[in-house]
Amino acid sequence: MPAPLLKVRNLDVSVRDKKGHEFKIVDDISFDVQPGEVIALIGESGSGKTTISLGCMGYTRPGCHITGGSVELGGVNVLDQSLAALQELRGKDITYVAQSAAASFNGAMTIDAQVTEIPIITGAMSRSDALAKAAQLYRDLELPDPDNIGKRYPHQVSGGQLQRLMAAMAMISDPRLLILDEPTTALDVTTQIEVLYSFKKLIKDHNTAAIYVTHDLSLVAQVADHILVLKDGQMVEYGATEQIISDPQHDYTKALMAAAHLMPDEIHAPPVVTNEDAPLLQVRNATAGYGPNQDIIALQDIDLTIHAGETVGVIGESGSGKTTLGRLISGLMGAKKGGIYLDGQQLAQSVGQRSKEDLRQIQFAFQMADVALNPRQRLNKILSRPMQFYRGLSRREADKEVARLLERVDLPTDFAWRFPPELSGGQRQRVNLARALAAEPRLIICDEITSALDTIVAQQILDLLEDLQDELNLSYMFITHDIATVAKISERIAVMRLGRIVAQGTVDQVLTPPCHEYTQLLLNSVPEMRTDWLDEAVVERRKLVAALGD
Amino acid sequence: MSILEILGKRLVFGVGTLLFVSVLVFIGTEILPGDVAHAILGQGATPELVAQIKERLGLDQPLHIRYFVWLGNFVTGDFGTSLANGADIGTEIGRRASNTIILALCTTVIAVPLSIILGLAAAVKPGGIVDRAITSSSLALISFPDFLVAVVLVTIFAVKLRWLPAIASIRPSYELVDWIRILILPVMGLTFTILAHMVRMTRSAVLNVLSSPAIEMAILKGVPRRRLLLRHALPNAFGPIINVIALNLAYLISGVVVIETLFNFPGLGRYMVEAVTNRDVPIVQTCAMIFCSVYIILNMTADILSIMANPRVRYKK
Repeated sequence: MPAPLLKVRNLDVSVRDKKGHEFKIVDDISFDVQPGEVIALIGESGSGKTTISLGCMGYTRPGCHITGGSVELGGVNVLDQSLAALQELRGKDITYVAQSAAASFNGAMTIDAQVTEIPIITGAMSRSDALAKAAQLYRDLELPDPDNIGKRYPHQVSGGQLQRLMAAMAMISDPRLLILDEPTTALDVTTQIEVLYSFKKLIKDHNTAAIYVTHDLSLVAQVADHILVLKDGQMVEYGATEQIISDPQHDYTKALMAAAHLMPDEIHAPPVVTNEDAPLLQVRNATAGYGPNQDIIALQDIDLTIHAGETVGVIGESGSGKTTLGRLISGLMGAKKGGIYLDGQQLAQSVGQRSKEDLRQIQFAFQMADVALNPRQRLNKILSRPMQFYRGLSRREADKEVARLLERVDLPTDFAWRFPPELSGGQRQRVNLARALAAEPRLIICDEITSALDTIVAQQILDLLEDLQDELNLSYMFITHDIATVAKISERIAVMRLGRIVAQGTVDQVLTPPCHEYTQLLLNSVPEMRTDWLDEAVVERRKLVAALGD
Repeated sequence: MSILEILGKRLVFGVGTLLFVSVLVFIGTEILPGDVAHAILGQGATPELVAQIKERLGLDQPLHIRYFVWLGNFVTGDFGTSLANGADIGTEIGRRASNTIILALCTTVIAVPLSIILGLAAAVKPGGIVDRAITSSSLALISFPDFLVAVVLVTIFAVKLRWLPAIASIRPSYELVDWIRILILPVMGLTFTILAHMVRMTRSAVLNVLSSPAIEMAILKGVPRRRLLLRHALPNAFGPIINVIALNLAYLISGVVVIETLFNFPGLGRYMVEAVTNRDVPIVQTCAMIFCSVYIILNMTADILSIMANPRVRYKK
């Protein structure tokens, strides 16, 4: 076996808490990367995977520092280098692709200026050579108009293109080691496979060694040779990709596998309910938009029906209008044409005009619980306010209700006296749901409430949603971009694209072939837990995109 | 919205604000206690004489007519004559304004680059010795009122050391050297008062940018420290920095009253103070309008510059 390119031994990274105590967030990590090999670091948020990958570059985020171990790149200990030497190493030998290219590109410089910056300032290439090489990389990454795209500013290209441009920036110096930190997480699902595919091809063609950081086991199966599973900064399991996905040893790896975003093997038709009653909520022929006179159309001719006790999944990519539809129903914006009907009665356009009773029945749960909850209010206040406002409870009654509600969402009752920042992400999302429940609504609009959560925690929230539905006969409008999740929990589905509903019906009707090309494209984009999935999916995707014709 | 539309909108807002300010200035001086006619006549005011003077000055006209006459004259550059001595206000303003501009310009040329350099130096290593020295001394400077700073400077350099004159009055015979001698203390006083604000703002704007993912990316791709600050961080911090500079320059033009009075410097600020003492309303109105215009124009320029500095606005999708 040849000498490894990167040798990480017993790496420790610590943070110092407010009292000055050291606290290890990365604990005794060791692994090797052979030349030309891709190793995946996989784990949930807080598992230390990004910290480890940054540590391989001799970098720590503010507040952290490396307290032990060694990182050797081709025999040189990265951790012993001076800052100046490190900056040379980083530009040339180890390069980095960040999670959000949109945030990580400098908005004040053109793309070319940033891609070619390092070889030009270090004198490794002339300006014209660097530009030619950049254009070649753009071509390899199948970017549109490779000769001119670099002349633009970052805000002038799409997110998927930016992510690929960032890969070009990382590859321009022919690094020996490439670090990819969740490079597709911020992208739409149908874009993700294209980007992933071009990364895979790039790594293979240049025979570059890479560290791939992600929380998504099924994605990693497509690119990695070895997988290192992390939990709370410690190694849980380390092995070849085939072995990890076919025969995971550790319970945590098994749990990760179980919670992966995979399509269920079979899609069951929902139980046939003879709905004699009028539907709970109807959107009839609604058109809405933004700007003066709602000229920029975001929703076109929408018809949607939600019955009592039913979950309707609304699925689409960013810009499809799914969140706008939620805002329209809840009255956060008005319709240009058409209307919203609750129990057959038309609702007023905006929140301000609706009666308290109408408002109470439709509640909204926002995606980002940490932003939606006031960090300076105790949970007791957050939860009792809707009870007092909508239901007219007294302070004392509300206090009792809060305790009951916290139990209902599986949180300890003494949490009532905590502030939201003291809670974990999953706990905050439970509070977010509890706040919607506090009004005793009949419909909750759930806007991507599980997308910011780790897979295992997200699964727990979904289970909670189902329990609540059974107990309280609630209806959900579940807005998401994740077709696998929606397939598991919805009775009916509406697929949205460019402001229209392109397919709608019971879950088995919509998702069982033959289905609409766009639904097919979404289905095709859900990763499967086998290593040859990606190549097939990309071929299929290109056919479907061509069939959609835009 | 195209960039021209944005700029046009900003321009219309600027002019609107100016008009609004002119109404405030006019009404403000109108409701000042005391009557101009009485002020001119002093103790010998009889009702007939007062009426006569009012008629001559046009003070018997209704308020809104007088406002439009006054505004029309102001816009066409006719500032009227001093009530106290009948001198043409325009000529006097011209002379005084150029003195104030020299004072403000000297201060700007020294204070702006200095504060950006100090702000950057502080931001390089937050919490380090350099940073703590700069932030604590600038905090101390902000806390001292400008007259105190000026008095301390005069005490040290004029009274104790006798290096520089304590008074900055100007004689026609003055050569460049004399100008420099008399300007040093007022410029120092002004620099100290505006420096602190600009340093702190530059520091926090640059720190804000330095904690962004784009800067982390630049570090990870191997950009050297100096280039990181000058090429990556500074251009992204321009918006807030330009705004605070404009605010302080506006202060320089309008807020020099204290320094000019203290050093007996014949600029606009002292002109206005003298006019207030004499109840010379036309001069007060004119000076107030000039100060407000400069304030608004500088702020508008800052807005336009920070819009132009943002490529998201310059280049559409």
